[in-house]
Amino acid sequence: MDYPFDAVVVGAGGAGLWAALELAREGVNTAVLTKLYPTRSHTGTAQGGVCAALGNLEEDHWEWHMFDTVKGGDYLVDQNAAEVLAREAIETVIELEHMGLPFNRTAEGKIDQRRFGGHTSNYGEAPVRRACFAADRTGHMILQTLYQQCIKHGVKFFDEFQVVDLLFEGGDPGAGGRAAGVVAHRLADGQLHTFRAKAVLLATGGFGRMFRITSNAYSLTGDGVALCYRHGIPLQDMEFFQFHPTGIVGIGILLSEAARGEGGTLLNDLGERFMERYAPKLMELAPRDMVSRAMYQEIRAGRGIGGKDYLYLDVRHLGRKVIEEKLPDITDFARIYQGVEPLTEPVPVQPTAHYAMGGIPTNVSAEVTRDEKSTVVPGLFAAGECACVSVHGANRLGTNSLVDLLVFGRRAGRQMARYAGGVERPRPIPNAVEPVRAELEAIRARPSSGESAAAIRTELQAEMMDNVGVYRDGKLLTAALAKVRELEARHDRISITDCGSVFNTELIEARELGYLLDIAHVTVSSALARTESRGAHSREDYPERDDKKWLKHTLAYRGTDGPTLRYKDVSITRFEPKPRTY
Amino acid sequence: MNVDLRILRYDPEPTSLAFTAGEPAVGVAAAPAAEANPPSQAKPHWVTYKVEVDPMDRVLDLLIKVKAEQDGSLSFRRSCGHGICGSDAMFINSRNRLACRIRVDQLGKKISVAPLPGLPVVKDLIVDMNGFFGKYRSVKPYLINDSPEPERERRQSPEERARYDDTTKCIMCAACTSSCPSFWARPEYVGPAAIVQAHRFIFDSRDEGAAERLEILSDENGVWRCRTIFNCVDACPRGINITRAILEVSSAIVGGRG
Repeated sequence: MDYPFDAVVVGAGGAGLWAALELAREGVNTAVLTKLYPTRSHTGTAQGGVCAALGNLEEDHWEWHMFDTVKGGDYLVDQNAAEVLAREAIETVIELEHMGLPFNRTAEGKIDQRRFGGHTSNYGEAPVRRACFAADRTGHMILQTLYQQCIKHGVKFFDEFQVVDLLFEGGDPGAGGRAAGVVAHRLADGQLHTFRAKAVLLATGGFGRMFRITSNAYSLTGDGVALCYRHGIPLQDMEFFQFHPTGIVGIGILLSEAARGEGGTLLNDLGERFMERYAPKLMELAPRDMVSRAMYQEIRAGRGIGGKDYLYLDVRHLGRKVIEEKLPDITDFARIYQGVEPLTEPVPVQPTAHYAMGGIPTNVSAEVTRDEKSTVVPGLFAAGECACVSVHGANRLGTNSLVDLLVFGRRAGRQMARYAGGVERPRPIPNAVEPVRAELEAIRARPSSGESAAAIRTELQAEMMDNVGVYRDGKLLTAALAKVRELEARHDRISITDCGSVFNTELIEARELGYLLDIAHVTVSSALARTESRGAHSREDYPERDDKKWLKHTLAYRGTDGPTLRYKDVSITRFEPKPRTY
Repeated sequence: MNVDLRILRYDPEPTSLAFTAGEPAVGVAAAPAAEANPPSQAKPHWVTYKVEVDPMDRVLDLLIKVKAEQDGSLSFRRSCGHGICGSDAMFINSRNRLACRIRVDQLGKKISVAPLPGLPVVKDLIVDMNGFFGKYRSVKPYLINDSPEPERERRQSPEERARYDDTTKCIMCAACTSSCPSFWARPEYVGPAAIVQAHRFIFDSRDEGAAERLEILSDENGVWRCRTIFNCVDACPRGINITRAILEVSSAIVGGRG
């Protein structure tokens, strides 16, 4: 079936929903497609808060937020974008409150705010209360609130419609083509549908599932990112992947930085607050890349708990009231998934793959760009974790993922409405579903003696975790590259047992694995080329940051034999790069 | 340890051979398909899998393991894997729970998993959620406040905020509604989850839409269908006191919101 719309939003997390809301307010005929139900989106798992310089509890300014973002990103942040982020954070948070978001409140009834890693007053002096929060389920409340508003405004949702291809008119983007819609696989019956649209937003989230230990949902397989790559759009800064310091040991479920924001400490086997040695000023509230590296150092030095590969997060001294009122969900996670009682015991933690700083390159209007000159792909937009504006540079600060998806989801919706008002709807594309149908049929038609998707996925996740994680070096990355190539070849021989069309999740998972392999390949190639250490990309064979050679964004294009790398300048407006100490 | 995992399987199209876009596919290997889906699977039936597990594994880990190692055609929904997204509510050892929140050591060596009761089964553990979300939408689950917006936040005291805190936790997993005998007896009943969502706004000091919602909830398929059986409270993975919320809504209909 062919559905004609004016705008299509792919993904119903925070970015997609806010964009859809803006489009609905402007009267643009919009479809939101999600492979889940909207309330299942991963925005809902964000815990700690959303930063905005409201200054409700102490002095704060958006310029300080901007500076922290730039420094936190190890100066790879585009400063024009960081300025937009920090300025508009304030009005988006206020707007969310007007939409009904149940923020925690101060005694005077204002939005309550707490400290968060890397967020400081007066350009790095001391931690500042900037994170607005709703207990430790801020993301859940953002997702719910935006979905509620979308219902109020009559947004059309196509739930469990998984986008499997992008459509362009006038050739692929590299040849000057414009976005023309998407192809979606309806999970309930396996049928392929085309959604034609003038403006297409990709808001498909991250791809942490390429790592063994991750905080990311099973559904985070980088669909929109990989589809862009396959259509000739470059992927930006993919070597930068954030490992969050406090994941539950072995399974990676997140214990929010809010635990440290409220005063929780990190301890080694000797009971020392080891962050003293790595970030004397901010201690546990140093940015995540630094804390994760410090934890690895402690573990390597034999000071992991019992000599093992984890450390302790201790919140016991915060007392029952703070723990139960401000950190209820993560307390519950520790009890259920680890069998530990945070009121009386320290909680074992280790770094977990958490967030992609890189993704689909965009400008500050969320328009997708395709080269060093930031040439816009007409009609194609991206926002949220799948996009790279870039406001996170080489390392994202805590809460800035929510700020990013709110600010740029909103901007995307507004820009899409403007764009859609000025162009004709693309014409139907003959046989639009055929390429992807052929790919899916090829998997299905293969004899059952082929490769197992589950086995390939397990090997990929182990390889990425062990060799493309917190610390990297040339030898390990070279080995990882060979491994990813081997897995890609095996992926071409995958076979499945389920030949049905109703909720054929085996077929879907096989296809999603292909996305993860594309993305892993780009990640490894980009990391191997970048011979410096910056933010989350830490090369043991090149331990220093090298601004002369590497103060630039990576752009990885799909080539015939793996990615081709090009580079783009960084926008520097207010803050000259300086050494990064906390 | 070894666990016997019994799963209620259902394949709606046991003889289907291919994925199509509106036309029958050709050239698909028939033999493996027929083996994977013998016609006998047209009705719901129990299949037992022996699984080697760690006592700290969750039921979701077991389902993923069966799918990876024993039968790729097993279908179930899952996303976040830690009790926030609400995708994987199932009927596990005769109770509605989230598969990602219940551990093997809490269940023992014999574990049975079936789809949520009272909702149409689509395939294996996947139920049709459209009716459930339709009821959610029917209670106007959004802030209604037509007063001019202040430049900054609307003020709300910590006490006012606490008044509706419990019902903000709902993740719409449907564990409560599909555990409710009143809902089983009368599928038109709006159900506990929708009432929880309405409660979240009715008792929010910023909301002005209580009257509209209370009118919707006072009709024949509204709150009066609740027989205070408390199944919903047992089923809720978020620990929401759902029956209390329903009673508060009922009281508000009778005497205004307190």
